[in-house]
Formats: sequence, structure tokens, C-alpha cells
Amino acid sequence: MMLKYLIEKEFKQIFRNKTILKMILLLPLVQLLVLPLAADYEIKNINIAVVDHDRSSVARDLISSITASGYFRLRQYGDDYREAFHILEQDKADLILEIPKDFERALRRQQAVRLFVAVNAVNGAKASVGGNYLQRIISDYNRNLSLQGINVTGGVPQKEIHFEPLNWYNPFLNYNFFMVPGILVVLVTMIGAYMCSLNIVKEKELGTIEQVNVTPIRKSRFILGKLIPFWIIGMFVFSIGLLVIAPLVYHIFPAGSIVLIYLVLAIYMVAILGIGLLISTYSNTQQQAMSLAFFCMMLFLLMSGLFTSTESMPAWGRAIAYCNPVTHFIEVTRLVILKGSGFRDILPQFSIIVLMAIIFNTWAILNYKKTS
Amino acid sequence: MKQLSVFIRKEFFHVFRDRKTLLLLFGMPLAQVLLFGFLLTNEIRNAKVLICDYAKDDASQRIIEKLKASRNFDVVQQKPSNAAIQEAFRKGSISLAIVLPQHLAYDLEHNHSAGVQIIADASDPNKASTLSSYATNTISAYQAEINMPVNGPRIDTEIRMIYNPELKGVYNYVPGVISLVLLLICVLMTSIAIVKEKESGTMEILLVSPLNPFLIIISKAVPYFVLSVVNLSCILLLSCTLLGMPMQGSLLLLYFESSLMILTCLSLGLLISNVTASQQAAMLISLMGMLLPTTLFSGFMFPLENMPMPLQLIANLVPSKWYYIIVKDVMIKGLGIRDVWKETLILAGMTTVLLLISVQTFKTRLAS
Repeated sequence: MMLKYLIEKEFKQIFRNKTILKMILLLPLVQLLVLPLAADYEIKNINIAVVDHDRSSVARDLISSITASGYFRLRQYGDDYREAFHILEQDKADLILEIPKDFERALRRQQAVRLFVAVNAVNGAKASVGGNYLQRIISDYNRNLSLQGINVTGGVPQKEIHFEPLNWYNPFLNYNFFMVPGILVVLVTMIGAYMCSLNIVKEKELGTIEQVNVTPIRKSRFILGKLIPFWIIGMFVFSIGLLVIAPLVYHIFPAGSIVLIYLVLAIYMVAILGIGLLISTYSNTQQQAMSLAFFCMMLFLLMSGLFTSTESMPAWGRAIAYCNPVTHFIEVTRLVILKGSGFRDILPQFSIIVLMAIIFNTWAILNYKKTS
Repeated sequence: MKQLSVFIRKEFFHVFRDRKTLLLLFGMPLAQVLLFGFLLTNEIRNAKVLICDYAKDDASQRIIEKLKASRNFDVVQQKPSNAAIQEAFRKGSISLAIVLPQHLAYDLEHNHSAGVQIIADASDPNKASTLSSYATNTISAYQAEINMPVNGPRIDTEIRMIYNPELKGVYNYVPGVISLVLLLICVLMTSIAIVKEKESGTMEILLVSPLNPFLIIISKAVPYFVLSVVNLSCILLLSCTLLGMPMQGSLLLLYFESSLMILTCLSLGLLISNVTASQQAAMLISLMGMLLPTTLFSGFMFPLENMPMPLQLIANLVPSKWYYIIVKDVMIKGLGIRDVWKETLILAGMTTVLLLISVQTFKTRLAS
């Protein structure tokens, strides 16, 4: 009975502050509409500057087969390496291809020629992929040299392995399929952790918590009264994302059971609110709570496997990622929404989330003191 | 002038007396830069790969050995079956499956051609395409080994990686994390510091003091400016010593640009504090509203040129995008002001506009 009034009080407080309410609802949804479009990692549009000292027909043909591949955009064509390097310096070109003098003549004389490629490697991944693409195009071109009227002798047939790449669950490599569930999870997590921790610390800062502390309300009741409203708001925002925005805007329809997602979500929200609660018990001012929440959120976000794979990290990094509830819930949403996995498939992640919910909440309740 | 210095001292006291917050302010950015500098990488390592070896011959053995030797893959072998692949994907326990067909060696020897299936879990498209290309490259290397080198006309390539010969992820991520952390911390802290006075009612007292209201705001910003510069110095020191970031360009220039960036962020925080009334609202805007967009639009996570045009335009509004370019240019490439003047000008322009709007919206009387 007491709990009902407490929850009513919280809801009244939340609904009366129209600015905050609007932000809680709008900020996540607008971000969900915009951000997934930004997360396309496929490396294309590599800008290339060509330094051609030969200017022969074979050189021109090689360049056109590079640009025709669709990965490269010819940014600059000239015969001055310094000029090309200046463009690379300014990030206007990602790599420089230098074709030596007497390129065609050497080929016609049945000799091997060496091309020089300089790659801007500040972004290591992009550099190695770009370099690989270029090498593949050039080695394909090697095979077709005879088409250029160059005699290829020495006809040992080459053994060749063909690749048949298959992309399961997302044959057209649609990035939204991956990002939308992930970003939705991050947004709901932020609502839960921030709002919950700030709400309690605000009462501490204003002193109103003293008033609650002197009432006969038990501390578990008080905490429940704080958690339930934010739990409901989190579920609500997630539902709009999953049931309205994902299907209507991104054409994502869960392949697995929606009930299963909600089951995990319900427990996940408890775990997240537990973290918020824990933060609030360790801070006295909203400023402290915010800094702590910010730190946790950055950690959760960047270590969740949403942007970079957690498997690539060293063992201690993987251990941190393993303690990150966001990692597990993103995995669950991806498994269930995209692959239609069932309860048995997600059992490991599910048990970890349950365990975290229990640990964080117990810790927070033990640490919460009614006297200051 | 004396009044101003008194106010600034008051603000410094505020910041230094709250030990817990101070510790967080210093510790957090350092911890984050260190942690993410060590951990974040675009390269995919130890990805679980299931190999379905129907061939079980010499060729398949050598391909598997090659895959095992690669640090990109963590090879899992099982009795080959289609159901096993599906099961593993549904559990999310593998990211890639490679199917080596029967008679692989025989086909290569006698037909000079064989097919290999590479099945990727494309629910994570980035990882799927990266892993497929790693696998293709590894197997192609085997193909090159079994082929005789051809004499005759041939084009070779010599690839040189400029600026980052070892392709370290640190070069990309440390500047990114620095600009991300600097932006969020500065914006968050200034906006909160001012709104806090509003919320607790002490702003009213400051506003009736004889000091010009703008000077009050300036005195609020000074401690955070100093703090941010000190913070930045620690971050730079750590990234150059522990994380192996190079410092090719002028340190002075980097400090100048960083101060500019900090100013931009402080004015953004100021603006937020003007339009909000409670710490909660200020925090919602500066954290929930800005964390994801700055992460995505700074350009260190996802290439900006892949984004749709409207988003590229939005990205131009994110200060950390420009600062990220400057940090890379100065620290890694060693460029001077002649090459980064455009970005500098943009940051300066942003600061001016933000400050002008803040002055316009600043209320010397609190709404009743």
C-alpha cells in the first residue's frame, strides 16, 4: 500500500517537470532515428592520387581498372610525387600510386615491374583494407596482361581457389540491422542509469531525503518506489523503439520471440537501475553522481562490442567487457531479433544478466544508509 | 579587476573543496584515455571461426594451419555438418564459418580450381566483411604458395604505410578519445557548475553583487579552463609515454589548439546552462544528448565520408570532429599551423557564435 503512494509521488514529480519528461522521451527517439545511418563502416570511396611517370596506354588502362572497381576515387593525376604527398597530408587522398617510367616498355620486354604505393596509415584498419583492395585489383590485372597485347609466355596453368562468400542473417550487409538494436539498448541504459542515480542524489542534495528517512517506510520500499517508475519509463521507450521505429523506419522485424526480448529486458532494466542506485549511494551531490554515471556510461558504450569487437581486446579487456551488462544485452537483442535464437541459445547471457541484477541491487541496498 | 580575481578565487575554492568531484574530474579522463587507448582497435583479433573440413587432405590441413597461425582467428574445429554451423551462429559462439569441400587437394592438383565457402555472421556487417576479407587473404596466401612463380611480365607492388607503419590502432583512437573526453567533460562541468547555483538559489545572490554578470560567468569558467589544461597535459603525457603516441609537431601549437577547443566546449556548456533550469536537465542534454552523437560524428569510429549527406553536414557542427583532425595532424603527421588553419578558424568561429548566443540568452534576472 505504502509502495503505491511512493510510486504515485515519483510519477507526479516526473510528469510535472515537462522539460525533463520531453527530454527523456525525445532525446533517445530522435537519436534512434538519426544515428544508425551514421554507423557504416564499410570501406569504400578510397581517394587515390596517381603519380604517373610513364603515361603509356597500359598505365592508363591500369588506372581505369582501379577506378572502375568502385572502391577508389581518382583524386589527383599528375607526375609530381611531392604534389601528391601534399594532398595525402591534407587527408584529401588516402593513398598514392606511383607508376615508374618505362612501365609499359618493361612489361613488353617480359620483365617484372614494381609499382610503389604509399598509404596514409593513421587509421590502420582503413589503410590495410585499402592496400589489400589495390593489391587484389593489380593481381587481377596481372592475369589479364595478355589482353593488353602483351605476350605472356610460360603457360603453367595457375591453381586457383574460388571463394564463395555468404552473408547469413543479413545478406545485403544492411548496417541498420546491427546498429538499431544496439543503439536502442544504449539509449535505454542511459535513461535508466542517469535518471535513477540523479533522482535519488537530488533528494539528498535538497535534503528532502531526510523527510523520507524519518518516516516508517522501509528502505527496500523506498528504493522500490524509486526504481519502478524508471523501470516503466525504460520499458516504454524501448517498446517505442522496438515496435514502432524499428519496423516502420528500418524494416526490422524481430525474427525471434518478442516475449523473450521483453523477459530479458525486464531483468536487464533491474540490473541497470541497480547500477544507478549504486552510483547514488556513493555520491553526495548531483555533480558527483553525474561524473560517476558518465564514466560508467563511456565504459559501457565503448566496451560493449557495439563499435569495436570485444574479442580483439587483450584478456583483461575482455574481462572488463564481460562485466559490462550492455555487452550481454546487445548480444541478446541481436541474437533474438536478427537470428531468431530461442531461450536455450541465450541462456548464458540471460544468467549473467540475472546475476548482475541481483549483485548490483543487493550491493546498493546494503550500501544505502538511512542516516547520513 | 580585483573583484574578478576574488570571484575566481571563490570558484577555485568551490572546485578544490569538493575532493570527490575533483578526483573524478582528474581520474576519469586519464583512466578513459588509458583504457580505451589500450583496448580499442579496429582490427579484429581472436575471432572464433568454425572450420568444416570435409576434405581432410593435405591442402585442407595446410589451410587450417595458416588460419590457426593468424592472430585474427581463433579456430574451432568440429565434425563438419551444416546443422553445427547454424547452431553455433544462433548461439553467437562463432563469427565466421569456413567450409572446405571434399577432394580439395585433388581438385587443385588436377582441375586447377576449387571452391571454398566462407559464411559470415552478417548480423554484424562490419565484422562480417572484415573477417571475410581476412579469411580470403589468408587462403589466397596458401594459393600463392602452391603456385610456381611465373617468369615474364608481371606487376609487383611495394606498399609503404606512411605515418603508422605498424598499423597501430592507438594512432586512430587516442586522438579520438582525447577529443571526445575533453568535449564531454568540459561541457558537462561548466553547465552543471552554473545551473547548480541556479538550483540552490545562490545565483540570485551572485547576480545582485556589484560585479558585472558576465564577469561572474567568466569567473565560473576560469577554474574549469585551468583544470582542463592540466588534465590535457596529463593525458598527453600518458599517451606519449605509455601508449606510444608520437609527438611529431609543435607542442606549443597543440596547446594553443587545445585551449581553443576547451574554450569552445566551455562556451557550449555556458549556453546549455543558460537554457536549462535544473542540473538534471543540463545533464540530460550534455550527456544523453551528446555522448552518442559526438562518439559517432567525431569521425574516429566510423568514416564520415560514408555517411549520408545530411549527416555529414550535422557532423560539421561537432567541435570534436575538427579537434580530432587537428590532433592527428599535429601529433602524428607533424603538420604546422599552415595546414590546420581552416580547422582552427572553424573552432574559433564556433566559440564566437556560441559565446554571442550565450550573451544574448543570458538573463540577469532569474525567472520568477
